[in-house]
Amino acid sequence: MELIKEGAASMAQSRHRPDSPPLLHAIGITKLFGSFKANDGIDLAIRPGEIHALLGENGAGKSTLVKILYGVLQPTEGRILWKGQPVGIPNPSTARKLGVGMVFQHFSLFEALTVVENIALALSDRKSRSALAREIETISLEYGLPLNPCSVIADLSVGERQRVEIVRCLLQNPELIIMDEPTSVLTPQEADDLFVTLDRLTARGCAVLYISHRLEEVKRICHHATILRHGKVVSECDPQKETAAKLATMMVGVEVRKLSSDLPPPQNTRTRLSVQNLSMPQPHPFAVALSNITLEVKAGEVMGIAGIAGNGQGELFDALSGERPCHAANSVSIDGKPCGDMGVTARRRMGAAFVPEERLGHGAVPRMRLSDNVLLTRHATGDGLLRGGVLNPDAARELSDRVSRSFDVRKGTPDPEAGSLSGGNLQKFVIGREIDRQPGVLVVSQPTWGVDAGAAAIIRQALIDLARSGSAILVISQDLDEVLEIADHVAVISKGHLSPSRPTSGLTREEIGLLMGGMGEPHSADRGTAYAG
Amino acid sequence: MRVELVRRSERSAAMAYLSPLLALLLTLIGGALIVIVWRLSTVDLSNPASGGFFGALQQGFVDYGRFLYVFFIEPLTELWSLEELVAKATPIILVAIGLSLCYLSNTWNIGAEGQIAVGAITGSFLPIFFPDWHGPFMLPAMLILGMLGGMAYAAIPALLKIRFGTNEILTSLMLVYVAQLFLDYLARGPWRNPAGHNFPDSRAFDGGQILPTLFDTNIRISLIFVFVAAFAAWFLMRWTKMGFQIKVLGQAPRAGAFAGFSQSRMVLITFLISGALAGLAGISEVAGPVGQLRTTVSPGYGFTAIIVAFLGRLNPIGAIFAGFLLALSYLGGEGAQIALGMSDQTTRVFQGMLLFFVLACDSFIFYRLQIVRTPVMQTGTVAS
Repeated sequence: MELIKEGAASMAQSRHRPDSPPLLHAIGITKLFGSFKANDGIDLAIRPGEIHALLGENGAGKSTLVKILYGVLQPTEGRILWKGQPVGIPNPSTARKLGVGMVFQHFSLFEALTVVENIALALSDRKSRSALAREIETISLEYGLPLNPCSVIADLSVGERQRVEIVRCLLQNPELIIMDEPTSVLTPQEADDLFVTLDRLTARGCAVLYISHRLEEVKRICHHATILRHGKVVSECDPQKETAAKLATMMVGVEVRKLSSDLPPPQNTRTRLSVQNLSMPQPHPFAVALSNITLEVKAGEVMGIAGIAGNGQGELFDALSGERPCHAANSVSIDGKPCGDMGVTARRRMGAAFVPEERLGHGAVPRMRLSDNVLLTRHATGDGLLRGGVLNPDAARELSDRVSRSFDVRKGTPDPEAGSLSGGNLQKFVIGREIDRQPGVLVVSQPTWGVDAGAAAIIRQALIDLARSGSAILVISQDLDEVLEIADHVAVISKGHLSPSRPTSGLTREEIGLLMGGMGEPHSADRGTAYAG
Repeated sequence: MRVELVRRSERSAAMAYLSPLLALLLTLIGGALIVIVWRLSTVDLSNPASGGFFGALQQGFVDYGRFLYVFFIEPLTELWSLEELVAKATPIILVAIGLSLCYLSNTWNIGAEGQIAVGAITGSFLPIFFPDWHGPFMLPAMLILGMLGGMAYAAIPALLKIRFGTNEILTSLMLVYVAQLFLDYLARGPWRNPAGHNFPDSRAFDGGQILPTLFDTNIRISLIFVFVAAFAAWFLMRWTKMGFQIKVLGQAPRAGAFAGFSQSRMVLITFLISGALAGLAGISEVAGPVGQLRTTVSPGYGFTAIIVAFLGRLNPIGAIFAGFLLALSYLGGEGAQIALGMSDQTTRVFQGMLLFFVLACDSFIFYRLQIVRTPVMQTGTVAS
């Protein structure tokens, strides 16, 4: 609590870019991949003690630039000055020795190892595991990033894995920290805590290169912003002097489409997705048990489930999709028909569609072509992709082209492998594949995670349009802005409990934040009975 | 400067085909080293008559030339050895086709050698206990029993994996030795030919108990089984939903579950298919070139088939080509033993090198080599 107040106080002051020679100065950085210029003569100067925003759509070249600064990639042309001296950064360990730390968006953790082991791997000085574990606990407490050093990474949620990345970086006392979308899985309160952390770091003279899609956040905490488009610097500005809309325009080049849900959700329609007292034991000791989850989504509406990562979202998705059916048929009903004990194919045949959180490896097979990936969820839904067990590749190709066209999926070749698409384009494809069916019920988890502003707008609009055409949409998302933007009703999941749903209008962020923090869970006395069903 | 493997954005179709050829080339280079070192080791360098080190080296190159001829060319020059080549390739390819399906689904059946043995045993049951039955149904019944035996034996590691989560690599491999010892026991004990002068063999099958030959050669109709099985497996993988399931579950199990496919069911199905083909290979040996049940029915065909499956790109048609190459290594190994006096393990060394190199070269399907120039470091703090 103390930290939040302190943070809020410091936020209130306007921010000035420190007037000092640059800590890191990249000059004329160009990076070619084949003939494609991912970076094209980029200049970037980061001063000590500043939070420097790097803005740009997916594919603008941010990740490439950052990888060059961290030594993962080598520039085709250009120089890097560190404290005025030219340096070569041949690999990340050199970058770390220089004092550059990085928190990746796609986590670079070994799943089979524990938190301590992962962190020990990145540290050059050897210390005992128990000493390191104590240090991790101290730092994670200090910065409000609770972590159990002995947990195995495979058992951690996406949000918790990010905490490991942040703590790992902070342990090395870097002078420059590169953060790639660090708040995308944090609650507003957690993000506030992180901003306090960042303020403390900058007060000590540490610089932060901050990559984010969240413009309000950039406006709030950053001293300076560099905006990239198509691999070039298009603008530098003081984000506090610009409106979010202006920043977005500089980023995408055109005005971002405003979402329209002109039609209000229809009233008194039938319930299409109903969950009654759904309880599921933990599938493994580190997962979350679901207890007494009850929710209803009516035709024409979007229901949002907010919550911090790792509070049972994955388990709820698996139970709703039927990847992990439960014993009680009545616990899940689609269009009034009980299906709690049925598998995913049976539920699809009843008119439901699902989009999981992980695009690669769950929603799509990375090494298969888009036309094969279409078959993944639509082999049994009467789309003519199979004729008596024999594949019909022409129909699959046609379907995948149709999805690509209507969702503006940009691809290099007519039918590329799913893994070669950028995150935003693959997400448009994976969601478009389901919306193309006009499903009666759509359950979608994290629809715009790691997706650029343009793609996110298309996806959210498509979800709203689908709902208004009479479908029931359930969106499970850790992005509170998204939930508030598209959902008609919101419920919050916390430790496997779901709060009663409330209309989005008239709900404040603070109320949701409190529910996310566990205030909506039943008292401990009730918990004993929760699993009885 | 350093050399890096950089992930390709898509798999390289060209490398998928080039990789086995590159592996073959590297195997030939590795083979040259082995032959030359072997020659050097056999020569007394202190003896002036041997021509010293360079004389031995020269002799090594000459030997390698002969080795290449004996190993790869000579078996193809005469009809009898071509027939022998087909006879060896047949069981290897049959087994490799089944294993390809297994490996594509990320299921690791390493026990085909044992499934061959069990197929040979169950298929031999009829001619041993009903030696006078030669009717038209005898052979089909033997073949079906052989396949069922292979399937049943392959089902053991599959069910252990499904029910208890055991590692099928270990269980299927260990069951090989159980099957081989059981076969050995039967051939020496209860199923030994009472009129066989105490040789550890069963009675010799005859007439309607032996696979007929094709045309006027020694090539048996089991060669047709190979083509039928390869086509069926190709069709399954390329055109059917089952093939799609195998690929999806093999590449991304989570996506497979999301698609509604069952991993357990696929483990069982692929083990049964590969077991059936291994069993067919086993009984085809016994009811074919061997003609009776012996203490061993296969000189490692079940293991060679693993190499063939990978060398053939886990593609049933590819397995045919790879199968003939590996069959050649059996004949070539014998030739090298006779002509050059090399060890009888030459074949295995050759096969091992080939598998090693093909798996290594397969990295280039998903990765490419990149040479990274390291910029000169000018600050003392950076250099490590």
